[in-house]
Amino acid sequence: MIALALPAQDSGEFTPPGIEELHLPAILPWGAADGFSKQMLLVILSVVIIATFFLLAARKQQLVPGKLQFAGEMAYGFVRNGIAKDIIGSKDFMKYVPLLFSLFFFILVNNIYGAIPVIQLPSFSHVGGAYVLAAIVYVTWIAIGIKKNGLKYFKLATVPSGVPIYILPIVIPIEIISNFLVRPVTHSLRLFATMLAGHLIVMIAGSGIEFLVMQENVLLKGASVLVLAGSIAMYMLEALIMALQAYVFTLLTAIYIEGALHADSH
Amino acid sequence: MHQTIISAAGAEAANPLVPNVWEMGVVLVGFAVLFYIVVKFVVPMFEKTFAERAEAIEGGIAKAEKAQAEASAALEEYKQQLTDARAEANRIREEARGEGAQILADLKEKAAAESARITAQAHAAIQSERQAAVVALRTEVGTLATTLAGRIVGEALDNDERSARVVDRFLADLENQNAGAAK
Repeated sequence: MIALALPAQDSGEFTPPGIEELHLPAILPWGAADGFSKQMLLVILSVVIIATFFLLAARKQQLVPGKLQFAGEMAYGFVRNGIAKDIIGSKDFMKYVPLLFSLFFFILVNNIYGAIPVIQLPSFSHVGGAYVLAAIVYVTWIAIGIKKNGLKYFKLATVPSGVPIYILPIVIPIEIISNFLVRPVTHSLRLFATMLAGHLIVMIAGSGIEFLVMQENVLLKGASVLVLAGSIAMYMLEALIMALQAYVFTLLTAIYIEGALHADSH
Repeated sequence: MHQTIISAAGAEAANPLVPNVWEMGVVLVGFAVLFYIVVKFVVPMFEKTFAERAEAIEGGIAKAEKAQAEASAALEEYKQQLTDARAEANRIREEARGEGAQILADLKEKAAAESARITAQAHAAIQSERQAAVVALRTEVGTLATTLAGRIVGEALDNDERSARVVDRFLADLENQNAGAAK
C-alpha cells in the first residue's frame, strides 16, 4: 500500500493501482526471472494447512466425533455428498472424491487468503495456478471419457443425439469448440479473473482511501469514510465470491467428469 | 486499458494471461502433494470412520431386531407350552375320571358277584342240611315208630295204667336216648 501511495503523492492526482501491483517483489531471489514469489509461498502454505487440518480431524476416527473431527467430517461430507455424490451419482462417485476434495479445499484456502488481512493475496490472482488446475481437470475428464467409451467418446461428446442431420455441420464444430477448446479456458479464467478482479477492487479501494485521507480539503478527507464503507461491503462480497469460486470450480469438474462417464446418455 | 495502466504505473508490459512457469510448477507440485495425502490418508480415514459409524448404527438396529425376534419366539414357545400343559392336564383329568368310574364299576360288579356267591353257598348249605335232617328224621321216625310199636305190642294194652306207664317209660327212654345222643 505504501508503494501504491507513493506515485499518487508525487503526481498530486489519483493513480489507480494496476495489474502490475499483483507482482510483488520476490521474497527470495531466484535464478529465474521472478524469483520466489509470495504466491508460491502461499500455495505451499495452503498444502500444509489443508493436510494438517484434515489429518488431525480424521486421525481419531471416533464413532461419536469431537469438535475437530466433526468439522472435518462436515467439510469432507460437503464435497463427498454435496458435490461428488449428487452430480456423479451414487454408483461410481467414490473414485473421484479425492480429486474433487483436493481441488475444492486447495482453491478455497488459496482464495480465502485474499480475505485475510496481512496475507491479502489470493494465489490464483496469478493465472498460472488456475491453468494448472484446469489442465489437470481437462486431462482427467478426457481420460475418463476415453477409458469408459473408447475412442467413440469423441463422437459421443461432439455429435449430440436427436439432432437433424442437416444441422449437424453447424452443431458439431460448435460442440468441438465449446467442449474441447473453450471449456478448459473458461474453467481456468473464471477462477483467475474473479480473484484478480476482487484483489484489484480491494487494492483500488485501499489506495483510494489513502489518497483521500492525504488531501488538504476536509470534505475530501471525510469522503474517505464513504469509500471505507463501500470497500467493506466489497470485501464481504469478495469473501463470498472466493468461497463460491472454489465451489463453482469443483462443481464444474464434477459435471465434466459426469459428462465423460455417461457420454452415451447425453 | 492494458496500455493505460502500464503508462500510468510506468511499469513494464505484463500480460496477466501469461503465466509464471515457476508458479505453475509450485502449484502443480503442491497440488500433487495434497492429492497424494488426500488419496492416501484423508479419504480412507474418513471413509473408514463413516463405514464404522454406519456399521455401528445398522449393527445396533440388527441386534435390536434380533433380540425382538428372539423375545417373540420365546413368548410363542411359552404360549405353546402352556397350551400343551393345559391339554395334558385335561387329558390326565379325563383319564383319571374314566379310571375312577372303571374302578367303581369293577368293585360294584365284584361285590355283586361275591354276594351272589355267598347267597348261593348259603342256599346250598341250607338245602343239604335240610336234606340231611329229612334223611335223619326219616330213619329216626321209623326206628321210633318201630320201637314204639314193639313196646306197644310187647305190653298189654288193656290196662290204662300200664299203658300210661309204657308211654311214660318210652318217653323217658326217648329222653334218655336223646340225652345219650346229646352226650
